[in-house]
Amino acid sequence: MIGALTTLLSCQLVGEVLVRALHLPVPGPVLGMVVLLTALVLRGREMPPALGATADALLGHLGLLFVPAGVGVVLYLPLLARNWAPISLVVVAGTLLTIAATGRLAQALLRRLG
Amino acid sequence: MSDLSEIWVYLARAPLAALTATLLAWLGALRLQRALGRHPLANPVLLAVALLAGGLLLSGIDYRAYFEGAQFVHFLLGPATVALAVPLYRQWHQVRRSALVAAVSIVSGGAFAVAAGTGLALGLGAAPEVTASLAPRSVTTPVAMGIAERIGGLPSLTAAVVICSGVVGAALGPAVLDLARVRDWRARGLAMGTAAHGVGTARALSVNATAGAFSGLAMGLNALATALLLPLLWRLLAGG
Repeated sequence: MIGALTTLLSCQLVGEVLVRALHLPVPGPVLGMVVLLTALVLRGREMPPALGATADALLGHLGLLFVPAGVGVVLYLPLLARNWAPISLVVVAGTLLTIAATGRLAQALLRRLG
Repeated sequence: MSDLSEIWVYLARAPLAALTATLLAWLGALRLQRALGRHPLANPVLLAVALLAGGLLLSGIDYRAYFEGAQFVHFLLGPATVALAVPLYRQWHQVRRSALVAAVSIVSGGAFAVAAGTGLALGLGAAPEVTASLAPRSVTTPVAMGIAERIGGLPSLTAAVVICSGVVGAALGPAVLDLARVRDWRARGLAMGTAAHGVGTARALSVNATAGAFSGLAMGLNALATALLLPLLWRLLAGG
């Protein structure tokens, strides 16, 4: 488990360094995900069981990890209250329309090509 | 009395209390979700945030003081994002087979998210800085904040609407996909990750492994595509 955590943190660190060195517009952890995926694909064998178990443990409660940042909404309550109409419409209708449109498009393309 | 206030000062300041409260709120939210029969609106992220935000507002504790403790949970978001490579690799043969379709769907979906958000905001007469803050709302928070800053939005407002969009997508997205008769798990995952980033991916992972893998892929690729294209298009449209 410590070995697997070290792998995850090392990939994140490589991601953070690359993002800064190459001035990439993505966050370090997202690039870290690409680094880990590339390493696994190049290695080309079964997933190391410890890495699989540690990733499953972290991702099993992925929602929890968004809670501290989510509570930060309290800082913007006045700003949100002043612009509540466009914000709530865009957040609710915009997000749900995007989900429907992306899902329909992906399903149609997968049927035809995939 | 002075003992009590001393204890209160300790609890309000030390990281231990904020960390414990965050975990308790999460466990409470999971229980509440079960008690409400897993109703789509009973999203555990939404419930836990509401519990803690209510607690902070009632007790008058500053968010920054709370975050001092909660940052230990927040920190794990980095390695957890890296760990999304694991479900992706488990589904690798499937992902590789539909890589082109996935990329086209994600980029189109990301463009649709920006266009729909901007159109609705302009239609309602939102101020330009509010419109610019809403445009990047479907990508993961740090990327969205960076984009908002570049196109004249308010990064702090963007952070709030990104989280809200994620929670709305995670809570209601599966029902919308049922209504739209999207039954392919790959397509469902792509839709959740494109529109509702990590919070949607958390929901997708808890429902189906294939959907979770494609959702993580969509979150990453949409962040990249939106970060590269949105500021460019914004400048073209605003300048022209």
